[in-house]
Amino acid sequence: MTNFINTYLPNVVANWEGDNGFVVAIWQTLYMTFVSAIFAGIFGIILGILLVVTTDDGITPHKTFYNILDKLVNLFRSIPFVILLAVIGPFTKLVVGQTIGPKGALVPLIIGTAPFFARQVQLALVEVDHGVIEAAEAMGLSPMKIIFRVYLKEGLPELIRSGTFTTISLIGLTAMAGAVGGGGLGNMAIAVGYQRFENDVTIVSMIFILILVFVIQGIGDLLVRKLEH
Amino acid sequence: MVEKGGIIQLKNIDVTFHNEGKTIEAVKNVSINVNKGDIFGVIGYSGAGKSTLVRVINLLQKPTSGEVIVNDKSLTKLSVKDLRKERKNIGMIFQHFNLMRSLTVFGNVDFPLRDSKLSKQERKEKVDKLLKLVGLDDRANNYPSQLSGGQKQRVAIARALASDPEILISDEATSALDPKTTTEILKLLGRLNKELGITIVIITHEMDAIKQICNRVAVMEDGALIEEGDLLTIFGSPKKKLTKDFVDTSTQISSVLDEIKESGIAGSISGRLVELNYIGNVTNEPLVVGLYKKFDVEANILFSNIERLQGTTVGIMLFALTGDDDKVSEAIKYLNSLNVNVKEIDITESKEA
Ligand SMILES: Nc1ncnc2c1ncn2[C@@H]1O[C@H](COP(=O)(O)OP(=O)(O)OP(=O)(O)O)[C@@H](O)[C@H]1O
Ligand SMILES: [Mg+2]
Repeated sequence: MTNFINTYLPNVVANWEGDNGFVVAIWQTLYMTFVSAIFAGIFGIILGILLVVTTDDGITPHKTFYNILDKLVNLFRSIPFVILLAVIGPFTKLVVGQTIGPKGALVPLIIGTAPFFARQVQLALVEVDHGVIEAAEAMGLSPMKIIFRVYLKEGLPELIRSGTFTTISLIGLTAMAGAVGGGGLGNMAIAVGYQRFENDVTIVSMIFILILVFVIQGIGDLLVRKLEH
Repeated sequence: MVEKGGIIQLKNIDVTFHNEGKTIEAVKNVSINVNKGDIFGVIGYSGAGKSTLVRVINLLQKPTSGEVIVNDKSLTKLSVKDLRKERKNIGMIFQHFNLMRSLTVFGNVDFPLRDSKLSKQERKEKVDKLLKLVGLDDRANNYPSQLSGGQKQRVAIARALASDPEILISDEATSALDPKTTTEILKLLGRLNKELGITIVIITHEMDAIKQICNRVAVMEDGALIEEGDLLTIFGSPKKKLTKDFVDTSTQISSVLDEIKESGIAGSISGRLVELNYIGNVTNEPLVVGLYKKFDVEANILFSNIERLQGTTVGIMLFALTGDDDKVSEAIKYLNSLNVNVKEIDITESKEA
């Protein structure tokens, strides 16, 4: 095994440890993925819920609010991520104090993902049977309780499904953010593997990213299967 | 005849929808008074405004104008918070059951109790009791997807009863069920009415459902309430054409008449065709024998449907009367004097059409 690795993946071994090594890169990717997933998840759920409840036949309709939020979500979703990275540079610096490194990537990752996830949340929650919502209203539940006890509860499997999907596309974005200074496996694959012609590094970076994708997909599927009746 | 002070009083309710420039008057100036303990049926074709009207009772639908009084409280004047409290007094069941998929049968029935002051143990006892009441105590841990339609509706009924409502609204609760299950569910509702004294409002487009349990009926057409009264009156002497259509469909006399008209046997029926409606104890045989003895008129029974509604006999018959023309006319007068509603039918009318 060791022999195999030394023979076929010499550059991976050489780049395993140290500040720019694989171990650090893996951590950076995990860090960027999960921290932005958590924040984008929270913002996305809040925005998605607001979209669902303020729409015309929602539980607290509000035309103006809905229209503005709807347009904003669309606007931010339409900005290509690489451009977003550059455009919000100053804002990023203001929030986290730096524009490079994994921390600098967080702000654009969250802003790039939250509106996308908000839309997913909206789609997941409008799928919740309108009749069940009506039954809850007839029972005298307040809008807050309907959100927590009906929308989020009934929509949970679908939310997890979109959460999984969003997290996986988020990994793609971390790779992109990595390539322009965010670090992580994306940076590894481009800055080391591609630019220095160390193909084994590129391939191993890709394999790590694929493993991450499969693990997340697997967990998501497992949860959905557990929750659906 | 509107009695004063019923548990549900709808006064001059209008509901108008504005949809993409179109105005739909779903409910037009409807007043209803439902007394405590009533099983009040609202019947009408699809789109008549029945759902819209009953959704006004708990203000799921705000009326464009009119007043809603439930339990002597004017709901239209309550704050949002007080209204929510009042809604707990009005249980509701639906055509598609509207159960939470993510909760078990137990969880669904327990759902309205989450904010109650009951302890966990008390809640469990209450849910168990409700499930027993609807005959599903062995299904507590199943999910709705594992139940039949009838069972789902039982769960929905148990859930609606959890907050001890005085009123239960059923919007087409049996429309998705087969006839046998429908009867079972209606029987259950009837039992709840008797045992718990719960007032029930039932919406349906089937007279059969109304016949089985309602004591009062309102008929809706195009948003308006066109006829209202107790079951026997509506059933025995419907005044409006639509009401009669519903009654006729339910007694099957309409399909018999269609059959006679379409099959071409009309020509071979001799004599005058009359439809008799009666309430109470005018029975079949003495009538026929009486007609023969008194007027020498022979009554050929083409159709007869007799049923017991709320303990009273209601009959519909189709006679072909043969005999001397004058005598037949006398016989019809005689029948009228017996409190039998007689209507002569011209079967040739639509034959060529
Ligand atoms: N939210 C709404 N917006 C616009 N129009 C509506 C709305 N709800 C109901 N309507 C219209 O009001 C009329 C009455 O509808 P309603 O659902 O009360 O009829 P219904 O008697 O219950 O019919 P069904 O037997 O099919 O349930 C219909 O023409 C319907 O299209
Ligand atoms: Mg309806």
